[in-house]
Amino acid sequence: MSETASPIPVTVLTGYLGSGKTTLLNRILSEDHGKRYAVIVNEFGEIGIDNDLIVESDEEIYEMNNGCVCCTVRGDLIRVVEGLMRRPGRFDAIVVETTGLADPAPVAQTFFMDDDVREKTRLDAVVALVDAKHLPLRLDDCREAEDQIAFADVVLLNKTDLVDENELIGLEQTIRAINPSARIHRTERAGVELASVLDRGAFDLQRALDNDPQFLDHDHPDHACGPGCDHDHDHHHHSHAADIHDTTVQSISLRSGPLKPDRFFPWIQKTTQIDGPNILRLKGIIAFDDDDERYVVQGIHMIVEGDHQRQWKPDEKRESRIVFVGRDLDAEKLKRTFEACQA
Amino acid sequence: MPTIAPLDLDGHCITAVFLGDVPFFALADGTVHWLDHGHKSAEIHDGLLCATPEQTGAALLTGGEDGKISRLTADGNTETLAETPVKWINCIAAGPQGALGFATGRSANVRMADGTLAEFQEQRTVEGLAFAPKGMRIAAARYNGVSLHWAGTDAPPIDLEWKGAHTDVVFSPDGNYVVSCMQENALHSWRLKDSKHMRMSGYPAKVKSTSWSARGKWLASSGAPAAIVWPFAGKDGPMGKAPLELGTRGDTMVTRVACHPADDVVAIGYADGMIMAARFSDQKEGLLRRGGKGAVSAMAWSKKGIQLAFGTESGDCGIVDLSA
Repeated sequence: MSETASPIPVTVLTGYLGSGKTTLLNRILSEDHGKRYAVIVNEFGEIGIDNDLIVESDEEIYEMNNGCVCCTVRGDLIRVVEGLMRRPGRFDAIVVETTGLADPAPVAQTFFMDDDVREKTRLDAVVALVDAKHLPLRLDDCREAEDQIAFADVVLLNKTDLVDENELIGLEQTIRAINPSARIHRTERAGVELASVLDRGAFDLQRALDNDPQFLDHDHPDHACGPGCDHDHDHHHHSHAADIHDTTVQSISLRSGPLKPDRFFPWIQKTTQIDGPNILRLKGIIAFDDDDERYVVQGIHMIVEGDHQRQWKPDEKRESRIVFVGRDLDAEKLKRTFEACQA
Repeated sequence: MPTIAPLDLDGHCITAVFLGDVPFFALADGTVHWLDHGHKSAEIHDGLLCATPEQTGAALLTGGEDGKISRLTADGNTETLAETPVKWINCIAAGPQGALGFATGRSANVRMADGTLAEFQEQRTVEGLAFAPKGMRIAAARYNGVSLHWAGTDAPPIDLEWKGAHTDVVFSPDGNYVVSCMQENALHSWRLKDSKHMRMSGYPAKVKSTSWSARGKWLASSGAPAAIVWPFAGKDGPMGKAPLELGTRGDTMVTRVACHPADDVVAIGYADGMIMAARFSDQKEGLLRRGGKGAVSAMAWSKKGIQLAFGTESGDCGIVDLSA
């Protein structure tokens, strides 16, 4: 029997009914990559899924009994992942397909809050599919569609053949307004290089920001896109997104000089304790005073993880940058209190 | 040091049990192995999720990823007792008079010996089942509490509510208490006569194994670097009392506990494969197994209490013999 040496990667697919999740799933399963997947679905849909190992589970949200409303996990995932991991030789990775209305936060939090799940698996990325034709409508009538984008590491703007170029540009601006750090891919029939959705390491502190070396620079006037820049180059029309859709999710990008650790840590702690329910995701690269290494931090609601990532390069500007994606956040206060952490 | 007869198997051991004098080991891959004048095995499921002996000890009941409930007798005969398409059989329990309980998704089911089925729908997924020591009554652990159902009558269920996810349930042997394991590293208990609550918390990890002592005065549990043993002897159970901590180790966790069938002694299995026995009265410890490849995931005493069958997550199973 092959013992699990390294944790099994888990990819979460979110998206509205009809956005192309099952199509993407079948592409993942059918391509010749030599990997075996265990697939966890909520219900067997009309489109069949061609895989040996499919587990059906009822999406079931458990609130943790600690008084925190945003500390939620998916009970069914704990059960199913535990069951699957008892026979680890059968698969190399897990894909979780959620229902159209699913809240991605409990899914992601399961991989951080449950010790057994955390020990044996690692969340690789949350991939959101959006239907180009119907996205504006979806964003108008439900919060979940917005949450799914806000939460995603990768957004597939699918069914691009159903809308024109101008609409696509507008849609991308809307997506970016909700979530500036997500990687966006335009697709038809969910046709995307699988390397763009699998093995992303989006929650791996060592890798998360390497996928996006110009993290938070996209909207920065000084930033010139170079060959190492892993983001969309064709449409730097800045911040007109609100023309298209009034998003309730906002993103707040902050930057400052080097910070004092004894100010930053209490600040991030307090901020996530107080505003945790409203913070969907946060990511940051922090320069600490008298510290030769970059510190990276990321979070989901109240869960925050951070670690030193690597040495600052000689030509890198020692700057602290952090982005919050959430609702009802007080941008002014965040900016003021973040800047107060400066050395 | 007692002698150990190892049985090296390939896979995670879910349940170890004695049927008569024969030790059986049910593995997650769906095979069951036993030692009856040599190593024998049968392939019962494509993926086994739960297994428990019948109350008479005549057979092993198993539930699988294939949606089947099977019965394997001590002499090695298998029959399929029930089948549900697609859904995993998440838990199984043995009842009186040859009855058994099993759960798939949100339904708890009782199957009588004659094959008739009674189904109880819960609001949330059933994560644990247990029969009461008296009467055809089954408890189903679920989110926000435990439901008690009488099988075979139309009596309404009793819902024992407590906020949070309950992942398993047991009755005390005298039937006075229902105890559940919770997602947030705690046990919860209800005294049935007045539904009085007791919270048993402070565990650093989830409690996945509990075992009642021979006369039901103590409840041993895993989930800490020691076996945590709660006193249930007084009229208020463990209310306001501190538990015993037996077999404390600094560097690893207890993953499995099994109380001796006659004496107030508990076998304690650890994450590194070590097994110890500890006596409640003087907390004296004895080493039964030095360690192994994986965490102890299953243990069962023989009827006379001189042999202990154990299984691990990595498949290095065996029998500890105390008679030598």
